[in-house]
Amino acid sequence: MPFIPHTEADVVAMLERVGASSLDALFDEIPAELACGDLAGVPQALSEMAVTRLMQGRAARDGFYSSFLGAGAYEHHIPAAVWQIVTRGEFYSAYTPYQAEASQGTLQLLYEYQTMMASLTGLDVSNASLYDGASALAEAVLMAVRANKSGSRRVLMPATVHPRYRAVVEATVKNQGIELLAVPYDPATGVTDLAALESLGAAALVIPQPNFFGALEPVDTLCDWAHARGMLAIAVVNPLSLALLKPPGLWGAKGCDVCVGDGQPLGVPLSSGGPYFGFMTARQALVRQMPGRIVGATVDLDGRPGYTLTLQAREQHIRRSKATSNICTNQGLLVTAATIHMALLGPEGLKNVALASHANTRSLLDKLVSLPGVLRVFTGPFFHEAVIRVLTPVAEVLRALRAQGILGGYALGGDYPELADCILVCATETKIEDDLDSYRQQLERILSRRHGRDPSVPPCSYK
Amino acid sequence: MLIFEHTQPGRRAHSLALSDAQEAHDLPAELLRQQPPLLPQASELDVVRHYTRLSQKNFSIDTQFYPLGSCTMKYNPRVCNTLAMLPQLLARHPLADADTGQGFLVCLYELQEMLKEITGMAAVSMAPMAGAHGEFAGVAMIRAYHDARGDSARREIIVPDAAHGTNPATASMCGYTVREIPTDRQGNVDLDALKASVGPHTAGLMLTNPSTLGVFEKSIVAIQNIVHEAGGLSYYDGANLNAILGRVRPGDMGFDVIHMNLHKTFSTPHGGGGPGAGPVGVSERLRPFLPIPYVLEDLGAYRWAEEGDCPRSIGRMSAFGGNMGVLLRAWVYARMLGGRGMRRVAEFATLNANYLAAELKRSGFDLAYPERRASHEFIVTLKKLKDTTGVSAMDFAKRLLDYGFHAPTTYFPMLVPECLLIEPSETESRETLDAFVAAMVKVLEEARMQPEMVKGAPHTLPVRRLDDVRAARELDLTWKLG
Repeated sequence: MPFIPHTEADVVAMLERVGASSLDALFDEIPAELACGDLAGVPQALSEMAVTRLMQGRAARDGFYSSFLGAGAYEHHIPAAVWQIVTRGEFYSAYTPYQAEASQGTLQLLYEYQTMMASLTGLDVSNASLYDGASALAEAVLMAVRANKSGSRRVLMPATVHPRYRAVVEATVKNQGIELLAVPYDPATGVTDLAALESLGAAALVIPQPNFFGALEPVDTLCDWAHARGMLAIAVVNPLSLALLKPPGLWGAKGCDVCVGDGQPLGVPLSSGGPYFGFMTARQALVRQMPGRIVGATVDLDGRPGYTLTLQAREQHIRRSKATSNICTNQGLLVTAATIHMALLGPEGLKNVALASHANTRSLLDKLVSLPGVLRVFTGPFFHEAVIRVLTPVAEVLRALRAQGILGGYALGGDYPELADCILVCATETKIEDDLDSYRQQLERILSRRHGRDPSVPPCSYK
Repeated sequence: MLIFEHTQPGRRAHSLALSDAQEAHDLPAELLRQQPPLLPQASELDVVRHYTRLSQKNFSIDTQFYPLGSCTMKYNPRVCNTLAMLPQLLARHPLADADTGQGFLVCLYELQEMLKEITGMAAVSMAPMAGAHGEFAGVAMIRAYHDARGDSARREIIVPDAAHGTNPATASMCGYTVREIPTDRQGNVDLDALKASVGPHTAGLMLTNPSTLGVFEKSIVAIQNIVHEAGGLSYYDGANLNAILGRVRPGDMGFDVIHMNLHKTFSTPHGGGGPGAGPVGVSERLRPFLPIPYVLEDLGAYRWAEEGDCPRSIGRMSAFGGNMGVLLRAWVYARMLGGRGMRRVAEFATLNANYLAAELKRSGFDLAYPERRASHEFIVTLKKLKDTTGVSAMDFAKRLLDYGFHAPTTYFPMLVPECLLIEPSETESRETLDAFVAAMVKVLEEARMQPEMVKGAPHTLPVRRLDDVRAARELDLTWKLG
């Protein structure tokens, strides 16, 4: 039987020491009428060889695509050393570092991670991570409502924030009577339209950078606008972009108050959506309002430096119903990957990935909009994503591209009905010129076929 | 030494060479960073060596026994990691169409179906990313159910005093108030107190069974009746599911909603504090409220259930549907065990716990509930030792580290003084358990003969006892240059 070491002799001897007649007798306190039968719905056991063959077959069936999808999850090169170290048993199979003396590896790494994230975001303190970017934003909203002195339970949420993030925030905060007020975007530039805002009181303004459309928001203005009205400014950012872009702690006159985002671009594979990790950094004054684990440096009995979980009085295992959050874990293993990834890339390596991604998306955009029937939608600067409009139904275009092994981007119509003919495209540093040309050629072929000879002929759907 | 102290300006490990065109850009200057972030500038070897050495300062299952109560620290099979990290699976984008991921989705669908069978629930969503996240989804569903019926006066969640801290914290996050009820001397929920607590204000009860005291709640059927008759729903905290796998199912016990900790029962790694996965299962009446997404099957094709499929869902828990890589590891584990193997998990986890309890009792330790059958875990109380020698459960636990054993869970549950909550799991051999008993006996002797030495433990780890008070008082959360 897999993973159970007992021999028959062990079982006999152990039962005797226990004073039980059989394994079944160990369950004699469970009411007999509750006992379940065989788990018929669970397939029979497979050997390691058989399960490997099954899984490899399924993975091969899914195959590989040339992907221009972004929309919150990004393909980046991860140095081989990252996951070889992450999957060392001493990191992979360690428990949460409650026993600090037996967990100095994980704890020191988390302290280094906190240092890196604080510096990257330009803020004072960082926690040891949250579940993902969306749940981190939800926690930031809760934190801002707790911290804001106005007592307001409203938070301003621009439509340019990732739609899924908005959905997660809504699901998380609605039971606490917190209201999210939508802020529209300027249809010309694709950035938050402050002029459209009523001067409503709110606890906080959420500021995405880059926003969901890839566009760069006027963050200095937005941050100052929020502070002038007594609101907290919550930044939600792509951490990779911060190697190039102004850190949120320096936005406007005072800098944002809380910064969150998804750490996936820092060494975490796409993996169909997870596990990723959420990060949160903040001004020093807000540290006691932060959710999640925080590591601090201290000394041991002999005065040697060491690391330990700190400010635990905020947390559920101490404060119970009065805790800042119910969160118990962080995403430790992903943070391990991100820390090693950032250490390997360094400030220059990270900035070069950001620059190359920006340049590739710019190049892709130039190639695509050179085609008849393809238009750029928003003017203004962007990071590594942009929106194009196609004069052919988006679903058909994407399906035809898929048949050629290309994932052409994210169809925006589901989240933004006014952008039903639009696609969000992304080209990171992993793309080479040939990949961009191939996308352009296939798109050209699909569009000309559709609009050229016979509109009743569907675009090629063979791979 | 910190990684930052390895920095030599200009040294690099991984830096792309940019073309001139890539280097040039027209981004507005006011949006750009002026000072580079404080990241290491080190060689690949520096970085590999630094983090390999750090790893060696950790305890882990691969190197030590973790008798850590309520945490189910069993062996994490290597094949689960290998298969979850197949290159096609790692490369797949979360927003790629379902038809590009049928091989991936069928694994998730199978896991979803297996979890239904194992728990006896009507439907499962694997969206929550940890146990506490699953708890949140569960209690949010309880609230959505009452609200949908216009039964919104129910504002209170009942929680036994032995419950995990996440239970009351979760209830608060869902806008509920918490009422704690006591435990009787046998470790059961105090039924009279429960009866006196329920009423038209009761939204539900959260319960772990076997409880965190390591005993099975014998009156579970009566408890369900009390809660249900009052109009409340019952929540099963699946932290201790390992104890009953294939023996008794939460659905058959009458629970309306449960969460499972795949990083416990299904052996996905703890990773030094995550990622976990906390799928939720529900009875028929809560099905419409399940968090999205979950996997739907239609004539052999698989896709995600989204907003349009489930208009009454409590909504999304994450941007992309959960900790997929963790779910894949759990799928591999479940397929390797099969139904019979799952039953054996509970049998051998329980055998190991009862064996360890019996041996420790023989060696002079006090069990908190000596007349009860241990489930997969049990409690030793060191109150007498503390009273006579001053050596606390904390000191005792720290000394065990010196003998190469991770400490049991200490000071939880809080109602047993100076407690060690011990859970060996099914993957440990009799020899390991015997070695642990020998270490416990040795520390007991030391506590009596040299209490000051034990109070100063650990003595052989990379650091000695750390000053937690200083850590909190003189906050030092980031390294500063110079």
